[in-house]
Amino acid sequence: MTRNRNSEPNPNNDDNDTLKTPPRDSAGTSGMRLVVPLQGVVQGRGGLILGSLIPCALFYFLQFYSKRHRSTKPPSSSSSSNPPSPSTSSQNLPDLQRSSSRLNLSTRGSNGRVFLSSRASFVNAPNDSPYYIGMDRFRADPYNELDNPDGIIDLGIAENRLSLDLIEKWISSNLNGSMLGRGGDGLNINGILTYQPFDGLAELKLAMAGFMSLVMGEKVSFDPSRMVLTSGATPAIEVLCFCLADHGNALLVPTPYYPGFDRDIRWRTGIDLIPVHCRSSDAFVVNITALDQAFSQARKRGQKVRGILISNPSNPVGNILSKGMLLSLLDFAREKNIHVISDEIFSGSNYGGEEFVSMAEILDEEDPVRDRVHIIYGLSKDLSVPGFRLGVLYSFNENVVAASKKLTRFCSASAPTQSLLVAMLLDAGFIKDYMRTNRGRLRKVFDLFVAGLKQFGIECMNSSAGLYCWVNMSRLISPYNEKGELELWEKLLDVAKINVTPGSACHCIEPGWFRCCFSTLAEKDIPVVMERIRKVVERS
Amino acid sequence: MAIEIEKSIVGLSKVANSDTHGEDSPYFAGWKAYDEDPFDEVHNPSGVIQMGLAENQVSFDLVEEYLEKHSEAVDCGSGISSFRENALFQDYHGLFSFRKAMANFMEKIRGGRAKFDPDRVVITAGATAANELLTFILADPGDALLVPTPYYPGFDRDLRWRTGVKIIPIHCDSSNNFQVTPQALESAYEEAKSNKIKVRGILITNPSNPLGATIQRSNLEEILDFAVQKNIHLVSDEIYSGSAFYSSEFVSIAEVLESRKYMDSERVHIVYSLSKDLGLPGFRVGTIYSYNDNVVTTARRMSSFTLISSQTQQLLASMLSDEEFTRNYIKTNRDRLRKRYEKIIDGLRGSGVECLKGNAGLFCWMNLSHLLEKSTRECELELWNSILGEVKLNISPGSSCHCSEPGWFRVCFANMSEQTLEVALTRLHNFMQKRTKKVINSSFFSFLL
Repeated sequence: MTRNRNSEPNPNNDDNDTLKTPPRDSAGTSGMRLVVPLQGVVQGRGGLILGSLIPCALFYFLQFYSKRHRSTKPPSSSSSSNPPSPSTSSQNLPDLQRSSSRLNLSTRGSNGRVFLSSRASFVNAPNDSPYYIGMDRFRADPYNELDNPDGIIDLGIAENRLSLDLIEKWISSNLNGSMLGRGGDGLNINGILTYQPFDGLAELKLAMAGFMSLVMGEKVSFDPSRMVLTSGATPAIEVLCFCLADHGNALLVPTPYYPGFDRDIRWRTGIDLIPVHCRSSDAFVVNITALDQAFSQARKRGQKVRGILISNPSNPVGNILSKGMLLSLLDFAREKNIHVISDEIFSGSNYGGEEFVSMAEILDEEDPVRDRVHIIYGLSKDLSVPGFRLGVLYSFNENVVAASKKLTRFCSASAPTQSLLVAMLLDAGFIKDYMRTNRGRLRKVFDLFVAGLKQFGIECMNSSAGLYCWVNMSRLISPYNEKGELELWEKLLDVAKINVTPGSACHCIEPGWFRCCFSTLAEKDIPVVMERIRKVVERS
Repeated sequence: MAIEIEKSIVGLSKVANSDTHGEDSPYFAGWKAYDEDPFDEVHNPSGVIQMGLAENQVSFDLVEEYLEKHSEAVDCGSGISSFRENALFQDYHGLFSFRKAMANFMEKIRGGRAKFDPDRVVITAGATAANELLTFILADPGDALLVPTPYYPGFDRDLRWRTGVKIIPIHCDSSNNFQVTPQALESAYEEAKSNKIKVRGILITNPSNPLGATIQRSNLEEILDFAVQKNIHLVSDEIYSGSAFYSSEFVSIAEVLESRKYMDSERVHIVYSLSKDLGLPGFRVGTIYSYNDNVVTTARRMSSFTLISSQTQQLLASMLSDEEFTRNYIKTNRDRLRKRYEKIIDGLRGSGVECLKGNAGLFCWMNLSHLLEKSTRECELELWNSILGEVKLNISPGSSCHCSEPGWFRVCFANMSEQTLEVALTRLHNFMQKRTKKVINSSFFSFLL
């Protein structure tokens, strides 16, 4: 398919591992399972003897062979006092170019013998999702206007680079050590260095409650006592899932969905994600009948569904769910006695002028259905600061809040960063200005991007939020299926040299849709992107 | 509580309902007592003194001074491009400059006797996360790790809660200063085997918590040999390595590996953090250092659930690569901790209380077994309760650390001022006097009878 067939699955990394199968704790067991059945092949007494001898001979031969080839030579550092390096080419790369650690496992022989868990094998497995492969390709050849004008332009990561200057300006005019809490609001150095509540500084929860309310249109208020802060939305959602479901249980997830869920939720919790397919005829909005069907099918298989996971605004489609839809989802949850997880991380990035309605807004104070509702939020998208690692788990269920709090010891936000954010989020004037300007900039780039594609006859979904467009390239693919879609994806990567995310990576049932993130682009980059797309469009 | 349960009709997971978080144990009950009545020199001189929290506050001033002098390092670095990169940086490799600085710092702490490769440093938000992450990688649910007793009570939660992995204790006792013996290792291993539990590794803490003592080199060699023989992992939690009173007295497993030219190193993993040595628990900075490539890769990927903010990484990259600062800090910190230790040992000795001979850490391992009516856990807890209630000191009973010998207590001395320590010692002195009088009186009376 592509050069890096075995590149690994994480968006942040370039480990081009040539992975072996996970080591077993007894080298012989896998061999035995193969040869014993041979015993049945040769019949009779002679057969019994032969049937025993041959497998044994094979077995010992295999053992001998694999022992010889499992080189246990000590690592190259025998003459020096340096610990063996994971042979890497990363040392010469500048800091922030995500390093490419080529861990050469087969020659070192230092990994083959000792046990690693099945979870480790799962995590380590080479993932062939285009979502990650595309990122690796980008990292190996990143576009730079001056230094690498023929490099790959990344439209694969939903990162907002349009309004960083505003944040930077605020920090340079307001900080002067306020990260260490000399802001006089009760925080001091002592308060930052020592042990803090694992679930976040009280001041930050308060500030965050205000921020979330502002971002979501000031129509709902958030209660800091229902909030748990974590080192990013990734751990927030994992912690929440650990609280709501057991290993082997499942969540219903409308498709297309964020590819990261497959890792973030499944890796360590052992929870399954059941896709509930949505169609373009419904503007990719989930319908209750489909949810119901998926639920019943799961039940028939004996799999327990514990909740529904939605992203609203949707990633990758970029639409916002209506109040009616939210209420229907609540009704469904009530009827089936399950939870609702609403990932609202893009709620402030609603450039389209459409009103965003949070789950929090439609809940009645008295209705016990509240116990089923949990919201995920974070500052990585709306405030453009993924590096600061700040996520929010917001739940109306006291027991979930209590349990999650205890789990945050494994994923707490860093105190000095929290302190900085308190100051920033409490600056209401700055935040309002930022949100307004940011939305405007997102809108502008979105419009340019959509218009650019339109000249090729390529339409985008009518989205109004998020950092991406949901693009319909179905008439450019042939055959009209996943294979055709992936071929186009590769062409875009190899010929147009742009990295986009194909719908299949998001489990979209209709081929030909692509997620293209536009918030990583400066305005001047758009014509460049369009020119490159022209190459592929005109070829097809 | 009952009403709330009734109202909450939708079920939660086993993890959420489990009590493996351990917050119902005595270890935490003492914290509650402290929270409700915390000692303050001025405002509450008769409050509970917290001696159950292993936090290092003796060298705060050095860190404070550095931060004040280098405010540009604090303010997300200088220049627009630096900030931009900082704000966007969420690569789970972590900043190279930070990893390099961390590797250097770890080398310095070991007096240059071991080298660390920045590419083997995996970042996590604290050692708690590092230990849990390693457990996820090295063992399946239902498998076990062997841990020498007494051990840090938090392990029960950190190693077991979400992972489903078990802990099998390696029993140690005072007959040989609680050192791990090959017999004890074998015995724990056999116990697992007889229960059909697969042992995947040994987890040691060196210097030990709660003993406050370093593990001897020969002992480390024995433990490593055992791990090799059984083909299991060895995790060395060296979180207190910078808190050894004399640098030369701490031997890291890294040094042992180096002398063996890294044979069998693929099973060894070191956990470190800045929470104790640098007194920065609020920053949430931990690392896994593994000699196994697979573990490094897997841990990196899993660390996406527990990353350190790029700002904090950048700040620490500056601080830890500051030669003058780190050299001075490490030395001064060791000296101050040693002095504190000597102070508390002298004070306790003067009250007729002996401690295990310690040479590291933020606590001492105090022996009050002679005060127990009977050598049982119940009597130990009774004594602990009196110390909490009458003396108003929150110390940690050995039973919370799974110590098989009743009567031992962990007493932290680095999380308070010297004056507070003096108050604590006085209180304990008075308590011991009363107790001794009681013992004398009761034996006098029993003599009379």
